[in-house]
Amino acid sequence: MTLWLVFALMTATAAFAVLWPLSGRKTAPGGSDVVVYRDQLDEIARDRAAGLIGEAEAEAARIEVSRRLLAAADAAAPETAIEASSAGSSLWRRRATALAGLLLLPAGAAAVYLALGSPQLPGEPLAARLAAVDRNNSIASMVSQVEAHLERNPNDVRGFEVLAPIYLRMGRYADAVATRRKLIALSGESADREADLGEALTAAANGIVTDEAKNAFDSAVKLDAQQLKARFFLGLAAEQDGDKPKAATIWRGLLEQAPAGVPWIETVREALARVGGTPPPVAAAPGPSAQEVEAAAGMSAEDRNAMIRGMVAKLADRLKQQSDDLEGWQRLLRAYMVLGERDKAVAAAADAKQALAGSPDKLRRIEDAAKDLGIEH
Amino acid sequence: MIPELGHYALVLALALGLIQSVAPAIGARYRDASLMRLADSTALMQFFFVALSFAALTASYVTSDFSVANVYENSHSMMPLIYKMTSVWGNHEGSMLLWVLILAVFGAGVAAFGANLPTRLKALVLAVQSWIACAFYLFILLTSNPFLRLAQAPFEGRDLNPILQDPGLAIHPPLLYLGYVGFSIAFSFAIAALIEGRIDAAWARWVRPWTLAAWMFLTLGIAMGSYWAYYTLGWGGFWFWDPVENASLMPWLAGTALLHSAVVMEKRNALKIWTILLAILTFSLSLIGTFLVRSGVLTSVHAFATDPTRGVFILAILVLFIGGSLTLFAWRAPMLKQGGLFAPISREGALVFNNLFLTTACLTVFVGTLYPLALEALTGEKISVGPPFYDVTFGPLMLALIFAMPFGPLLAWKRGDLLGVAQRLMSAFALGLVAVGITFAIEGGQSVLAPFGIGLAFFVIAGSAVDLAERTGLFRVPLPTAARRAAGLPRSAWGTAVAHAGLALTLLGIIGAATWGTERIVALKPSQTVALSGYELTFQGLTQRRGPNYTAEVATFVVRRGGATIGVMEPSKRSFSARAMSTNEAALKMQGLGQLYLSIGDTEAGGALAVRLYYKPLVLLIWFGALVMMLGGALSLSDRRLRVGAPKPGKKPAARPAMQAAE
Repeated sequence: MTLWLVFALMTATAAFAVLWPLSGRKTAPGGSDVVVYRDQLDEIARDRAAGLIGEAEAEAARIEVSRRLLAAADAAAPETAIEASSAGSSLWRRRATALAGLLLLPAGAAAVYLALGSPQLPGEPLAARLAAVDRNNSIASMVSQVEAHLERNPNDVRGFEVLAPIYLRMGRYADAVATRRKLIALSGESADREADLGEALTAAANGIVTDEAKNAFDSAVKLDAQQLKARFFLGLAAEQDGDKPKAATIWRGLLEQAPAGVPWIETVREALARVGGTPPPVAAAPGPSAQEVEAAAGMSAEDRNAMIRGMVAKLADRLKQQSDDLEGWQRLLRAYMVLGERDKAVAAAADAKQALAGSPDKLRRIEDAAKDLGIEH
Repeated sequence: MIPELGHYALVLALALGLIQSVAPAIGARYRDASLMRLADSTALMQFFFVALSFAALTASYVTSDFSVANVYENSHSMMPLIYKMTSVWGNHEGSMLLWVLILAVFGAGVAAFGANLPTRLKALVLAVQSWIACAFYLFILLTSNPFLRLAQAPFEGRDLNPILQDPGLAIHPPLLYLGYVGFSIAFSFAIAALIEGRIDAAWARWVRPWTLAAWMFLTLGIAMGSYWAYYTLGWGGFWFWDPVENASLMPWLAGTALLHSAVVMEKRNALKIWTILLAILTFSLSLIGTFLVRSGVLTSVHAFATDPTRGVFILAILVLFIGGSLTLFAWRAPMLKQGGLFAPISREGALVFNNLFLTTACLTVFVGTLYPLALEALTGEKISVGPPFYDVTFGPLMLALIFAMPFGPLLAWKRGDLLGVAQRLMSAFALGLVAVGITFAIEGGQSVLAPFGIGLAFFVIAGSAVDLAERTGLFRVPLPTAARRAAGLPRSAWGTAVAHAGLALTLLGIIGAATWGTERIVALKPSQTVALSGYELTFQGLTQRRGPNYTAEVATFVVRRGGATIGVMEPSKRSFSARAMSTNEAALKMQGLGQLYLSIGDTEAGGALAVRLYYKPLVLLIWFGALVMMLGGALSLSDRRLRVGAPKPGKKPAARPAMQAAE
């Protein structure tokens, strides 16, 4: 609120600067070149009196300046006459200018400012931010406590493990790198530790996977070929090297092996889209393979039905071995209902209930599914 | 709240600027006193708001408000206060804000101190000044806004580029901008005169103080920049013919020419069109310099092509102002009346000679700076134009100009007597020859050119003294009379003599440092000693020190001369963790007018430290000369009286001292 009040005051001051000169008060007349030439004549007289120039030059100069003086006075006379006769200003122009100062100036300034400014953001000087931190006893003071603790116990691996990711989030990249290095020195190489070091190095280089960082990721992958973070960043390195196909291959590989529901899938998918790769179909529920779908498209309706039935049968077989697969059972029920084989669906629901009896949660969900599909009422 | 106030203040300055661009011009067209008067109050108010905006940004820096993106990117909470303040203009956005602040300072200056100007001229000048200001307000707001915010203030800033963490940043850019931007006033006066279609001797008188002030600041700014580069870059050079340096040298050359041609215009009502053109060109070169430095075109033509927003905007400003003003010039200049006549050998002729040489020199720098860029843009070939080019082009031009310099002030207006002047300069010439002889004798013919350079410098200094002696009648009239005349002499005459002598001092410094400087690069282990030009330096060892936001490796050297210890020198290397960069801090020790210069490199295998040593005799004269030039400008500026050319009647013999031209 204060902000807008001050803005209003500033705008009023600016408008005042436009309106004040229009108020029609008398001002001193401006300077004129006539004055300059009079001074030049005085100067000649002074120089002559001081003996700096001789009489002959003084005379010649006087004539030249006098000529300029006459010309200037001639030019000035009609001007003064015009200014005097028109009283200096027209009401119409004064009003238009006043209108510009009163309307256009505030409106224009407001429009430009609202497009560019961020009035909703308060200023956050360091002192204010430090005070806030002290009040919340938050990150910074905790960090300094841990740092003090580590100063006394420089071999406390857990302390460094806590600190390293916090450094990274606070933007203290150099410290994050140093801590990651320290951890490797303290507890030896491991795939995770190498990958974390690489991540810190990348952050320190403003997101560029430097050679140093790439080495770390390489050794992480060498230690554990499934290290996810390292593989993701190696993809990034390939992208930054301009090798988009390689980046796409790496990221596709990651997605194909990703367990369902892990949070980083979106990031990888976005990265993949950036290099123009197509993400593999969602792998969480193994459906028909791409070839099978394609094959189905080219079949007659009967053949297609036969193929689908074959697949359903395969699923039913599998469920005899793996009888605790809730999702599998749900899909089987849905498939039977779609194919119009209601009695098989009823039987399968009974089998499922029997198979899942050990887990009340799954049992309840299979019952729900059966109700939803209209197998039971 | 403070950053937003600064942002809004800048927007208001733009709004006021737009009104000031239009209303006073209409007022001048229809002779409407109220509308013309408007320019004064809006110019002052524009200055108020830009200053407010600048103060707000400075406050954000001082309080480390990292919610302002610009502060976050260029500051660090641990930096000393002075660098928090200077980092305001140690980056692109902030330096453009300084640019418009100085533009507003000059605009407000004309509004406040221009009471002697005719109302119409003043209104037009301020309107034109506001056109420039508006273009740059828009540039800042749209492409280089220092007030953009970060919703989440980062905890720590990225630090100012360590190379800029130096007192030099506090001095050099503001001075340079005062010079660069100060020429905008000359430009505005020229455009106003062209619009009005009337220009005469008085115009030169009115524009003179502003040009002179801008020239003084630019002189000092360039010199300070050169000294800063000298002690920061660690290899002892003071001028690199780098495009950024050339960008400031070009307006200086054109501005110096403008200063001289304006004298002719003021005295004799001649060279009017040429003076107007020079005023336009000088500011155009300032704009081109800004474009070169600010668009990123120098780093790489291709980098410019990939992110061209800023560059294209500045380019548009360039085309608009340079193209527009030259078009206006081509259209209106033929309508201007030509002024007084003069013979080729005369004060006016000498000043024309000066102008020809300065503009040609400026052109060579222009070609040397822009040709590589054009070549890279067209063919992709990268070349660099360096000292060899300037040695054969710029060098001879300047030497010829400097040789002619003592003649100019001694020539009479309208029709001069070269032979008489040469006779009066005989004593100065003799002194120059003696200097050549002595230099030859001392250095034993190592360098052929250097003694002549030294002789030339002494000739010019003595020539300045002769000029003053002639004017005051020293040695011919009784001493009290001469003293009275000296006191009565216009300050501008003193200014001329002092500024010319200052240039000679700079020449002396350049020749001394370049010819007799010695240099050694050695690897030293602790307690080893190295000798250079009669000095012995013993390396004591390396120590670590902690600065506020860096750690430093300090090497300690004890300096002896002839067995006696004369001091300690401590060059160092600073490592800044926030940017993972290090800087080299050379140690300097003054020895008379020369300097011992010491900078350290890396520690080699085996524990030896790489050390560069230079001894540069007379080197301080380079910058001292610039200071003297500025002092000359200040003397001239303090000359409140108007100066008048006293044309010499043709029939009189010119050589008689009593018939001297007045200054």
